Amino acid sequence: MSKAITREYTPGFYEGDRPKIVTSRFEYEDSHTIERFEATGGYEGLKAALAMGPEAMAGEVKASTLLGRGGAGFPAGVKWGFTPQGVWPRYLVVNGDESEPGTYKDRLLMERDPHQLIEGCLIASYAAGLSQCFLYVRGEMPLAHERIAKALDDAYAAGYVGKNILGSDFSLDIVLHWGAGAYVVGEETALIESLEGERGMPRLKPPYFPAAVGLYGQPTIVNNVETLANLPFIAANGSAAFTSIGTETSPGTRMVAISGHVKRPGVYEIVNGSTSFRDIIYGDEFCQGIRDGNELKAFVPGGGSAPWFLPDQLDIQFESKQAGAAGSMLGSGAVMVMDDTTDIPEMALTLVRFYAHESCGKCVPCREGGTWLLRILERVCSGHGTDADLDQLLEVGQSICPGEMPHASSERLGLEAVPFPYKMTTICFVGPSAYASIHSPLTLFRDEFEAKVVPAPKRVSIPVAAG
Amino acid sequence: MSRLTDANLAIARDIIARYPRKKSALIPLLHLTQEQNGYVTDDAMRHLAELLDITPAEVIGTATFYEMFKFEEVGTYVINICQTMSCALLGAGALMHHAEEKLGIKAGSTTADGMFTIEAAECQAACTEAPTMQVNYRHQYRVTTEDFDQMIDDLRSGALSGDIPPHGTLGRNRQNIPADKFVGAPDPDDVTEGPAWIPVKVDNS
Repeated sequence: MSKAITREYTPGFYEGDRPKIVTSRFEYEDSHTIERFEATGGYEGLKAALAMGPEAMAGEVKASTLLGRGGAGFPAGVKWGFTPQGVWPRYLVVNGDESEPGTYKDRLLMERDPHQLIEGCLIASYAAGLSQCFLYVRGEMPLAHERIAKALDDAYAAGYVGKNILGSDFSLDIVLHWGAGAYVVGEETALIESLEGERGMPRLKPPYFPAAVGLYGQPTIVNNVETLANLPFIAANGSAAFTSIGTETSPGTRMVAISGHVKRPGVYEIVNGSTSFRDIIYGDEFCQGIRDGNELKAFVPGGGSAPWFLPDQLDIQFESKQAGAAGSMLGSGAVMVMDDTTDIPEMALTLVRFYAHESCGKCVPCREGGTWLLRILERVCSGHGTDADLDQLLEVGQSICPGEMPHASSERLGLEAVPFPYKMTTICFVGPSAYASIHSPLTLFRDEFEAKVVPAPKRVSIPVAAG
Repeated sequence: MSRLTDANLAIARDIIARYPRKKSALIPLLHLTQEQNGYVTDDAMRHLAELLDITPAEVIGTATFYEMFKFEEVGTYVINICQTMSCALLGAGALMHHAEEKLGIKAGSTTADGMFTIEAAECQAACTEAPTMQVNYRHQYRVTTEDFDQMIDDLRSGALSGDIPPHGTLGRNRQNIPADKFVGAPDPDDVTEGPAWIPVKVDNS
């Protein structure tokens, strides 16, 4: 049996005997320093990239089929290819605005190994011809700011960042940018708006990809922190070494955070496609089962936006396609586990409150719909709701996501799964997330919601007195 | 008085020079004024508008979108207690209740001595360590009611002043780009050619 260790200086993270790509330095207390980074193969990927040239480097990333780790799972190499020919300058914006409920991975990567991220930015910019990089870090993460600022200062001083990097003709500035607390800024066009000094509201689509029209209207690559953290490995070891880990359709590893009612909640780097939810929740090297010997009631498989799974779905592999077919998604790699003591409507309320609160207000279905979902659900949870309110929730949701909503199958209810994704009337996923986080609990645990409401008053017809 | 001091003005100019367009520096500069004054004042916003060649309305327009900017005085220590799902599963509600009792104020308010503000917060990206809270955005993990009381006592006595700076200060260090290494951030309209390291492709069509 492989053992998992956690260390005081990395709260919540457990090392195991599995292949490591992005967490290889987490075992060192000083993993964030340039000395440790250089002593453990740091900036070797950059040197390899400079030796092979930008086109070969871009080819390696494409061959690695590295999928974006932010939630949408789009291949990074293909995304870079969307930049229009001959349009300059091009920018790199790093999405470090991690704030999806349940997600805790990018912060660890920024705090524990900032140089790895910087090296990833350098490789991406070199390969895709990007002339400036903005590292947008969520405002509520001061430790990440401090460590990245220090790492950048050291990297500039050592000649890894700035003019003529390592004596080559490759020059790049990396600017650390501070966010200020807005979940929706995690959406890539909202991130760009925010970086331009505007309110962080997503842009109307098309154009669908900032790679075509992004920051200041220029081609812009927006990549998640974890995605970029994979690049040094690919550059140093080649795409074949990367694709030998994980599955053909989703190679490499993923950082997964498992929280809630498990014995050992934590962040684990797991190999794609080799682990089922049962392994993650009950496995000895992972969470070791449900706390206090309780039973599993439900779990959210991919961050607050994802439709919920039941114990019926435990044997699904942690892999995008399987999760999608089963009616949910892996999103940002966050599993939230609920045991049988959980008040399901109350938990749905925390998520709906989150999305209603974080709506930027640009699209009416989300701004109004989210608010009404919250109001109605608050009424239900506080014991003032009627059974008509439950149908009202679904009706409001239909204006955000018309048609069938994805949900899991349930043997107990005789329900068939409806596969992901949903249709949506909004620009971004905040609105649909508000609905998904009430639709699936309400579908799978309607009895618990019904226990909180009274019958709606009947309409009585009163005749007018004759005469 | 709440315009940027000369020292901060120099920092501000440095930050502005890093962006191809000035307005991009707005959020970092709002953080800088908040660090100086504890919150974002009207005068500070007018000053930023001057520095960035935009109107004060544009400054407040952006600033009000973001949760971290405060427009009135808050406590020296702003305590954010996470209320989202992972923390709610493990007692965030009880922790909030305890915090309100202990400090004698409701979430969203500040104690009379100006020391503490408590806020109900959303996910803080520490979900495996629930329930969590942040003190001036510094994470505190697996917080019990005893931990909370201890934290308040330590903050009151000043025992933690080395670890937790007063509200407004984000990072205790900030990025410095040495002038001789700085590549520069030209306005995109002034750039027509690709970067030096990209091989030039000859278009024969």
